Amino acid sequence: MTLKDIAKILNAQVMCGDAVLDTVIEHAFGADLMSDVLTARGEDTVLLTGLNNVQVLRTAEMLDIRGVVLVRGKRPNEEFLHLADELNMPVLLTSYTLFETCGLLYRAGVKA
Amino acid sequence: MEAKPLMNLSFPIVGGDFTQAGEASSRIKRALQQIGIDPALVRRVAVSTYEAEMNIVIHAWSGELTLTIWPTYIEVVADDKGPGISNLELAMQEGFSTAPDRVRELGFGAGMGLPNIQRSSDELQVDTQVGQGTRVTMKINL
Repeated sequence: MTLKDIAKILNAQVMCGDAVLDTVIEHAFGADLMSDVLTARGEDTVLLTGLNNVQVLRTAEMLDIRGVVLVRGKRPNEEFLHLADELNMPVLLTSYTLFETCGLLYRAGVKA
Repeated sequence: MEAKPLMNLSFPIVGGDFTQAGEASSRIKRALQQIGIDPALVRRVAVSTYEAEMNIVIHAWSGELTLTIWPTYIEVVADDKGPGISNLELAMQEGFSTAPDRVRELGFGAGMGLPNIQRSSDELQVDTQVGQGTRVTMKINL
């Protein structure tokens, strides 16, 4: 599945990373605790989180995570978008909760 | 003859500056990528370095991250001037934290920092003096 497919499933707005929406995603990790995320595998992974500060992006960067989905309608601020741009990190916004987001992607075949 | 480091880079860290937090780790990660270190190893160094950098930002007044590449391993030293750790055994336990609530709102401060560093590195040494500071030395074998 690609980030484009994920955006469609989650009815998500793409804020950054239009050019890399064909990136293939096989795994997802959902958490608001970045220290938990830092125990995750990174490659071919999308991060699902309700946290919207720049540490989310830094965490994703360290792990080579391929995209960030902000859930339950969280909006990123200017600083967040600026860094996402700099890191070339795709950012998707969905109004689904973290639980719903996980469920929808799991049902569509995204693995843990 | 003593082995010479292949690379040595240092970055200053400002305590309490959550906007810049992660920048030094980002630079260290990019430096390792540029010289062609295996991506899985780079990730392990990046996770350890980033947790150590966050520890300095959260707890200390100022500090420095130093990356040294030796012929057989990568070494990152996180050296800070800060309050030190009064009970290191507790600090190494998952879930123990002295971080304030505002740090938890950023997604940290859950008592996972040092345990995560230990998991991601091959060797971890913590030298600390209460009221003076802490030096965390992490080694990852090449």
